[in-house]
Amino acid sequence: MNIRKNTEAERLNFWEKLYLPEIAKGMGITFRQMFKPKFTRQYPEEVWIPTGSYRGRPVLVNEDDGERCIACGLCSRVCPALAIEVQAAETEREKERYPVKFEINMLRCIYCGFCEEVCPEEAIVMSKDYDLVFTSQEEAILGKDKLLVHISKLQDRLEFLRQYK
Amino acid sequence: MDIIWTLLEALIKAVVILTLILLFAAALGVWAERKISAWIQNRIGPNRVGPFGLLQPFADVFKLFMKEDLIPKAADKTFHRIAPIITLGIAISVYAVIPFAGDVQIGDKVYHMGIAPDLNIGILFVLALTSVGVYGITLAGWSSNNKYSLLGGLRSSAQMISYELSMGLALVGVLLIAGSLSLNDIVGKQDVIWRWNVIFQPLGFILFLVSSFAETNRTPFDLPEAEPELVGGYNTEYSGMKFGMFFLAEYANMATASAIMVLLYFGGWQLPIPAEWLGLQQGSISLAIVQFLNFMLKIALFVFFFIWVRWTVPRFRYDQLMNLGWKVLLPLALLNVLLTAIGIWILK
Repeated sequence: MNIRKNTEAERLNFWEKLYLPEIAKGMGITFRQMFKPKFTRQYPEEVWIPTGSYRGRPVLVNEDDGERCIACGLCSRVCPALAIEVQAAETEREKERYPVKFEINMLRCIYCGFCEEVCPEEAIVMSKDYDLVFTSQEEAILGKDKLLVHISKLQDRLEFLRQYK
Repeated sequence: MDIIWTLLEALIKAVVILTLILLFAAALGVWAERKISAWIQNRIGPNRVGPFGLLQPFADVFKLFMKEDLIPKAADKTFHRIAPIITLGIAISVYAVIPFAGDVQIGDKVYHMGIAPDLNIGILFVLALTSVGVYGITLAGWSSNNKYSLLGGLRSSAQMISYELSMGLALVGVLLIAGSLSLNDIVGKQDVIWRWNVIFQPLGFILFLVSSFAETNRTPFDLPEAEPELVGGYNTEYSGMKFGMFFLAEYANMATASAIMVLLYFGGWQLPIPAEWLGLQQGSISLAIVQFLNFMLKIALFVFFFIWVRWTVPRFRYDQLMNLGWKVLLPLALLNVLLTAIGIWILK
């Protein structure tokens, strides 16, 4: 037995070995904790608003004269979860292409932000929405009506992208 | 005719006290546990169901009622069913002998404020019943036919044996002072704060306190259920209201242990100052109400203490537990008996 002894009995002094004074000390600490300010956020009433760096539900940017998307299909191509479906169509306007159908299946989306990263037009960006609720699978597939969000509501994210992307 | 009235009286008392214990001691205990643990961890705790979340335990119990009641295929079905009933039944039946207030005299009839009128072996009855309580837990662990449950049950019985001894011996000091086993007599002797037993029996009280933590399977001695090692120990295989019964029994047991400690060491329902100073007459209803509230307050403080300790002290290791029980508490309890006996012999 040449192992150096380092048992509990050797490390502690008499008062510590008695347990009770140490327990009393610990209980003093927990008692003081009770009156300290709480960290809990009362969620549904006290909503958390994320900063621009947050990756929430992906949305399509809608400007005053129409959507930015040109239906190139890159987002759909890059999406690792195969959540995006785009169908292109042509118009008479200056911007010749537009998506006649743009659907994101939110049950598949993994909020990776690749679609936003790959988009040449900055037309699809991640929003701040994080409390998504669906009652059926059909409801979870968001069409253009739900995806188009006016640019004024996405300023934080666009600002963030310009600075850090 | 007389016997019917006596029975009726006992029945009414039993119903009142049971509702009181199950609704207030157990349900409020669960609520207090969650609230206090939250406060200690800088959280708010349940606050959605009812004012201050007070109805949370009822919501919890309602949920447990709705759950599927699962019995494992390999389990011994009879004992699996009986075990929670034993545990909860024992936890509740201890209240039969606990006096909640002083005697009340209406006309020429004296009413005892407890279910069983002044049992002369009161404290012995309590000890006997709490010892039987371990059968519930051991049976639950054994009948589940699950190795972790079995370990929990085994630990429970081993723990009970190690701590019941020092608990009983710590008690002897109080019995020597009171000269009686009746809870009413023990409380009756402690009529003012400087005659409370805790002043004559500080060592005995600490021993009893530590042992009752082990007796009620509360942290730091909650080895029978030790979640991280035994996945819940004896209640691993229980679901629905059977689990709920164990849960309620734990809190009922905590209230029982608190009540016993208050009765033995902190004057029970006796006020800290003589009742005459408050202008209340011995045997009057108003005094009984004050005494009852006083008793409840003392119990509540002890329950708070139990919860407070749980969220402060980590669990003991099994060998530490055995060392503490046999090598520390038992000799100290014997020493306490000796000192008390010598003290009484000298003072006489």
